[in-house]
Amino acid sequence: MSVVKVNSGNFAEEVLGSDRTVLVDFNADWCGPCRMLAPMLEKVAAAHPEAKFAAVNIDDEPELAVRYGISSIPCLIAFRGGSEIRRSVGLIPPDAIAALIKG
Amino acid sequence: MHDVLVIGAGTAGLTAAIYARRASKSVLVLEARGFGGQILNTPAIWNYPAEPGISGFDFAMKLYSQAETLGAEFAFGTASGFRAEDGGFTVPTADAEYRGRSLIIATGTSHRGLGLPGEEALTGRGVSFCATCDGALYKGRDVAVVGGGNTAVSDALYLSDLAATVWLIHRRDSFRADPADVALLGRKENIRLLLGTRVTGLVAEDKLSAVVLTGPEGRTSELPVAGLFIAVGMVPATGAFEGLLELDPSGYIVAGEDCRTSVPGVFAAGDGRTKDVRQLVTAAADGAVAATAAVRYVNSL
Ligand SMILES: Cc1cc2nc3c(=O)[nH]c(=O)nc-3n(C[C@H](O)[C@H](O)[C@H](O)COP(=O)(O)OP(=O)(O)OC[C@H]3O[C@@H](n4cnc5c(N)ncnc54)[C@H](O)[C@@H]3O)c2cc1C
Repeated sequence: MSVVKVNSGNFAEEVLGSDRTVLVDFNADWCGPCRMLAPMLEKVAAAHPEAKFAAVNIDDEPELAVRYGISSIPCLIAFRGGSEIRRSVGLIPPDAIAALIKG
Repeated sequence: MHDVLVIGAGTAGLTAAIYARRASKSVLVLEARGFGGQILNTPAIWNYPAEPGISGFDFAMKLYSQAETLGAEFAFGTASGFRAEDGGFTVPTADAEYRGRSLIIATGTSHRGLGLPGEEALTGRGVSFCATCDGALYKGRDVAVVGGGNTAVSDALYLSDLAATVWLIHRRDSFRADPADVALLGRKENIRLLLGTRVTGLVAEDKLSAVVLTGPEGRTSELPVAGLFIAVGMVPATGAFEGLLELDPSGYIVAGEDCRTSVPGVFAAGDGRTKDVRQLVTAAADGAVAATAAVRYVNSL
């Protein structure tokens, strides 16, 4: 299972309406730590089919960035049943990424 | 047990891994967060020899790939110290232990905070330590920068092109920054200086809405801002090694250009060591020197 790109058009359906826990990675191309995080996120996604993994480019989707109060990236937000359950800012290792979608 | 155990996968640690692998030693690099270290946040590096303009990400990725291709192994974890035992060193993390015949500490530095209540929880919710990383998220808003050195002044200049108003707050009356940059401050209409002033509180509900200022006469006031960029210097990331080897009063690991610490077999490389110039090229140089010394140490066992 890989990381799917989402936008304001399908965010409600793909993230808020999902029956699985969804981890959303808010990122940008110019953000070095985001680019270092991306391959680690892919690996965690491959190991956790029980959850869903999504990515939002904040330059393409400024409205989503404002809606979720993103003021520093990379920012990972875990959603369950349409609401935020956990949030983490900055580069973190795979174990810490996986911990965001736990139980 | 690996021949060389490196703590920290920044420029110093990754370069040490390259040199130790080239000398055919087994190497494990232990990293707390992600490969590359501090330089990841820098859009373009202009002073590293033979790579003008390379991005911090590309630099870090090239360095990591080079070490990995040469056969260095990697593990994630935050070192909480080390113990000398059984002819080597054991480094514990929260959920594992790693062993090396020799040890290279390359944990670098991290940003100094203001030590205010709520500061940590608000980091990423209005409090930032990196203007080039987060500035774009404050387009058209009012922000403050606190600090008086090069980073604070260049952060204020950078943010003035994005934010509505930039308040530059400094506890002294003058800046110890590049005079050319200080002169530029006066030419930016949307940069306002608050000198002799300290940030003494953070006002927030879910995210930062204002900072509390204490002025020269000790009077306090609230300044509404969406973002506070903290640029008050760096501190060595050596807390885990306190009491285990000699640190200077600021916490830097005492080691000369030979990277030898007060403990035989333990070497210090990069920004976390006592030195004058903290740059990529000196971090890389330390990596080479420390690895060469570690290899010699291991061969002598
Ligand atoms: C904004 C900015 C711009 C810069 N621009 C330049 C420039 O243009 N040119 C230049 O030459 N230099 C520049 N520098 C300086 C340069 O980044 C540093 O000199 C260099 O990164 C030092 O490398 P290092 O390997 O010693 O430490 P770091 O890069 O800090 O790497 C240390 C690594 O150790 C890890 N670590 C820390 N503690 C532990 C632990 N307990 N257990 C496991 N891992 C741990 C960290 O996560 C990190 O990955 C800049 C610095 C900053 C902040």
